[in-house]
Amino acid sequence: MNRLEYFSRGLLRNNPVFVLLLGMCPTLGVTTSAINGMGMGLATTFVLVMSNVVISLVKNVIPDKVRIPAFIVIIASFVTVVDLVMAGFAPALHEQLGIFIPLIVVNCIVLGRAEAFASKNTVFSSILDGLGMGLGFAFALTLLGSIREILGSGAFFGMKFIQGDAILLFVLAPGAFIALGYLIALINKLRKV
Amino acid sequence: MEYIIIIISAIFVNNIVFAQFLGICPFLGVSGKLSTSVGMGGAVIFVMTLATIVTYLIYQFILVPFGLGFLQTISYILVIAALVQMVEIILKKVSPALYQALGIFLPLITTNCAVLGVAILVIQKDFNLVQSVVYAVATSVGFTLALAIFAGIREHLELMGVPKGMRGVPIALVVAGLLSLAFMGFAGLV
Repeated sequence: MNRLEYFSRGLLRNNPVFVLLLGMCPTLGVTTSAINGMGMGLATTFVLVMSNVVISLVKNVIPDKVRIPAFIVIIASFVTVVDLVMAGFAPALHEQLGIFIPLIVVNCIVLGRAEAFASKNTVFSSILDGLGMGLGFAFALTLLGSIREILGSGAFFGMKFIQGDAILLFVLAPGAFIALGYLIALINKLRKV
Repeated sequence: MEYIIIIISAIFVNNIVFAQFLGICPFLGVSGKLSTSVGMGGAVIFVMTLATIVTYLIYQFILVPFGLGFLQTISYILVIAALVQMVEIILKKVSPALYQALGIFLPLITTNCAVLGVAILVIQKDFNLVQSVVYAVATSVGFTLALAIFAGIREHLELMGVPKGMRGVPIALVVAGLLSLAFMGFAGLV
């Protein structure tokens, strides 16, 4: 397979959220605004790329039987790095994302790519794969965040263009489920064409 | 009274699935049939309560005294993964019947973010041990409730004439949204 395809397939054709339906908890939980979605997406991308790099480097050293716990420790280390860096440099975003930052550890996408790709491929391919999947995830979260922010609070990346109330439902919990449901339906429809 | 407030708040007002968005993967994955969803719920109640007790003790008696609070994420996920394995092995020996019922769900629980989420939340909320246990039990009961209601609806949904593009996950998400709307009716209860 072409190297570039490792990168591009995560973005659209195998998009982790819209097509593979992985990582649903942060997708629904943090996308109250576009900027939150993007922050979460980029944090996950960092963890995904870094853990893919380390795992593809040490893949021959780890005994097969304990590979999953070993992967989890590597992933958890990078999640802790993200957690501390974000708390230091972007405290407002850190506050907003809250519990979903430590929960990147149990995001199925990260462990899934470690097991399915990084443990079998070279470092360079793993970086591309991690970047593609991570940016695909970030794209999905930003898109959903934008939709919810525009409909729910009449703003886009914090710039308000509707004065007064918008459809408040979309920034609340039910709106997350409903918006994502229709978005996936739309993408299913488009993919068939 | 304080415990009753925690229980009602964890089951209805801040339901882990509908209000806090934790444990969505098993919620969408295992809720096809009522019987499997109840089995999954049982396994989650068991593991979540145990994991919360163990991680709470580790945090208070190992991480805090040695100033290792930043190792919370790493140590918790390892403890939970080890705990799930151990529960599986013990259950297999001690109670084969229970193992038969919960067995297939146990490995799935390691990556259930609700378990890790609750373990972290009780620290954030400054609960003591008893409050933490009550919170963990109530939250997992709330999870089971959400799963059971959703499975009941999905069983009926199978027979409905849903538009082609909406079949499967999209309609399930919209239904979850409506359920979440219904659960918002509990807001202000406590």
